[in-house]
Amino acid sequence: MLRLVLQRLGFGGLTILAASVLIFVGTELLPGDLASAILQNTATPENLAEMRAQLGLDRPAPVRYIEWISHAAQGDLGVSLSNQRPVADELAPRLRNSFFLAGFAALVSVPLAVFLGLMAAIYQNSYYDRAVNFFTLMTISIPEYLVGYLLVKYFSVRWQIFPSLANVTSETGFLERIDLTFLPMLTLVLVVVAHMMRMTRASVLNIMASPYIEMAFLKGLTKARVVVRHAFPNALAPIIAVIALNLAYLVVGVVVVESVFVYPGLGQLLVDAVSKHDVPLVQACGLIFSCVFILLNLTADILGIISNPRLRRPR
Amino acid sequence: MSQIEFLQQLHRAGRIGRRELLGRISALGAGAAALTTVVASEDAYAAETPRRGGTMRMGVGGGSTTDSLDPSTWNDSVGTVGGFAFLEALIETGAGNKPEPGLAASWEAKAGATEWVFNLQKGVTFHNGKTFTADDAVFSINMHRGKTKSGAAGAFSAITDVKKTGENQITISLKSGDAEFPMVLTDYHCRMVPDGTTDFSKAIGTGAFTLGGYQPGVRVQGKHFANYWRKDRGFLDAFDLTVINDGTARLNALMSGQVDVINRVDPKVAGLIKTKKDFELVVSPGGWHTVVSLLQDKGALFENHDLRLAMKYGIDREQVVKTLLGGYGNVGMDHPIPRGDANFNTALKPTAFDPDKAKFHLKKSGFAGNVVIQSSEAAFAGAVDMATLFQGNLAKAGLKVDVKKEPADGFWSNVWLKGNCVVSYWAGRTTATQMLDVAYGPTAPWNESRYKNPKFAGLLDAARAEIDAGKRRTILFEAQALMSDDVAALIPAFRNSLDAHTTKVGGHVPTSLSDMDNSAIATRGWMKA
Repeated sequence: MLRLVLQRLGFGGLTILAASVLIFVGTELLPGDLASAILQNTATPENLAEMRAQLGLDRPAPVRYIEWISHAAQGDLGVSLSNQRPVADELAPRLRNSFFLAGFAALVSVPLAVFLGLMAAIYQNSYYDRAVNFFTLMTISIPEYLVGYLLVKYFSVRWQIFPSLANVTSETGFLERIDLTFLPMLTLVLVVVAHMMRMTRASVLNIMASPYIEMAFLKGLTKARVVVRHAFPNALAPIIAVIALNLAYLVVGVVVVESVFVYPGLGQLLVDAVSKHDVPLVQACGLIFSCVFILLNLTADILGIISNPRLRRPR
Repeated sequence: MSQIEFLQQLHRAGRIGRRELLGRISALGAGAAALTTVVASEDAYAAETPRRGGTMRMGVGGGSTTDSLDPSTWNDSVGTVGGFAFLEALIETGAGNKPEPGLAASWEAKAGATEWVFNLQKGVTFHNGKTFTADDAVFSINMHRGKTKSGAAGAFSAITDVKKTGENQITISLKSGDAEFPMVLTDYHCRMVPDGTTDFSKAIGTGAFTLGGYQPGVRVQGKHFANYWRKDRGFLDAFDLTVINDGTARLNALMSGQVDVINRVDPKVAGLIKTKKDFELVVSPGGWHTVVSLLQDKGALFENHDLRLAMKYGIDREQVVKTLLGGYGNVGMDHPIPRGDANFNTALKPTAFDPDKAKFHLKKSGFAGNVVIQSSEAAFAGAVDMATLFQGNLAKAGLKVDVKKEPADGFWSNVWLKGNCVVSYWAGRTTATQMLDVAYGPTAPWNESRYKNPKFAGLLDAARAEIDAGKRRTILFEAQALMSDDVAALIPAFRNSLDAHTTKVGGHVPTSLSDMDNSAIATRGWMKA
């Protein structure tokens, strides 16, 4: 098993390296350049040239790639081209914020989704099953910004229970942070629960058709016990994969929710950086996003191996 | 907002006196009854006096994570609203677009307005304890000249020399005479920083606030500066600016009481705010306008005057104001001078939508092909809609138009200034001559339509050097009339800036340039008890 895990880790490292090349090439292909994006319609040929020289845009691309990737490996992500602040300083608080919100949403949504999914499998085709299926299908179909606006409309404007602005800072205390991020968390939970819940239900029901489940029933076990003790452990691998995908989404894909609630996370940073052609910032964000994605999928892979006895103890 | 409400807001904020208020209202032709109502309501308002203390929380759109505190890089509302609280200008824009003393206490022109002497305020200190002197002023102006990345470089290219002529006096020489030069110094990039500043991240200036916290694209915070030199400004203990780029989120934040004031209210909901008693809408008739530039180089498509006229008659300007701006704007007449400007040509009538006339000129021009309008959301939100609207308008005149939607990425470097027919915008400039110069001057690098009419260039030169305000006005009237008929640019509409605040905010008044009290709300505004 150790070999399998190490192999996966090796592939993960290679994927990250390949992603870094793609990110770099991608940012090079963007039309226009940072200098003209910053100056907009106040650009003259002279101040444009001056700005390009200041930003180091006049050197060849491969040189800049090698420089960037070797510095990044040592933790130095460079300096933001547009405001001269170290990229790492810019990223750190936002990365913490993104992880906090993702973690908060995951803590609520993962147990909730698994619980709802198992219940739906146990009470298959009951009114509960249909209701929860219908409701989750609805929340997944409504665009997340609309969910966000609806929550804001009732929870902050009408009833004034939770704030609509999640403008946390590094000094915000833990409880206040929970209060400020409650609505964004709820929005995300509503969006991701459906996917995980339906996957749990489907994979458990899939296993339920196997002969050994029939055997368990014949032994006289209750349906709840069969589902939780016999079917669920064998259905874990696909569930873990879906959870990992959704966790990755919670970290990297929530730019819309961030802008609705004005939450200073990574998504907004990436969008701003792309529109201003702030290459070091874009590259750093891209690198972090791909690392998060690859690491979460790697974790899912490894957990999948561990949860499968045949892979855990190969003969 | 009616003109009367506008004047009332100015009066309540102490920008104009009671005599001026009543004088200007009766000049509008208001009857005695109306005047009595105004007097009663103003008395009820009980001459609002600024209150010291409190924190103003602002929700401001127009910020990005790539912002910085270096004034030469400012290009949007968050940059200036935050920045103006820390750094101050030599000269400020006063009521009616007139120059008002800032860090320059007084000034005078010499030698046909080619040389200007500015006397600086004495006893002003920077946040770091250093005294403000002529050296700092010279450095701060030179930051935007020569080899620079500053957005003010264009406006300041007319300056040939900046000299220190005394501990508290500087002299600026110009290429050619400019009677309105003090207004050029009100350019929002030109703020005073200590001599030799290279690190702008501390925001050391002379402003009413010192930097509290700064996270680009997220937050700007300021704390009251104890040694601030002005007594008539800087009433707040602190301000807390949150960057909110999403319009709905901004409005939500105001409605749920998380911020006290916001900018860029969506015109669609502006009417709703007016009906709520806890909120006030501030409408500033601004200089921001939409442009469709038509290339009129030698040999270019729009060198043909009749084709230009076909376009001018063939678009429905009223519809742009109504649909695109929700009625919060004014119809443009193909010149860039806004209604609020003292030199606005009041005799000129807007070109009405007239498909028959457009058809006539189209036929006369002999043009039978398609016109391609290039448009992008990078120019402004709704730019593509405007192009589509004109496509429909011009079809009625028999002119076939294709709308080409350009990607936002690289729009300013690849499309703008290059295409035959491009939708863009201009933010207002401080003076009429500056506005004409920057976008239509024969040597201006940003002359989108390559407008090179020698008659217009002559008028512009004459206006710039004319010291007599009355004569300058006459010349500018002629220039506007000429442009309206001749220039290869469509300027369909001017947009008003819309701010909103809770009734707890005082001193927040409409201005003629940009939103949030010309970005000076932190320094000029206050919080009521």
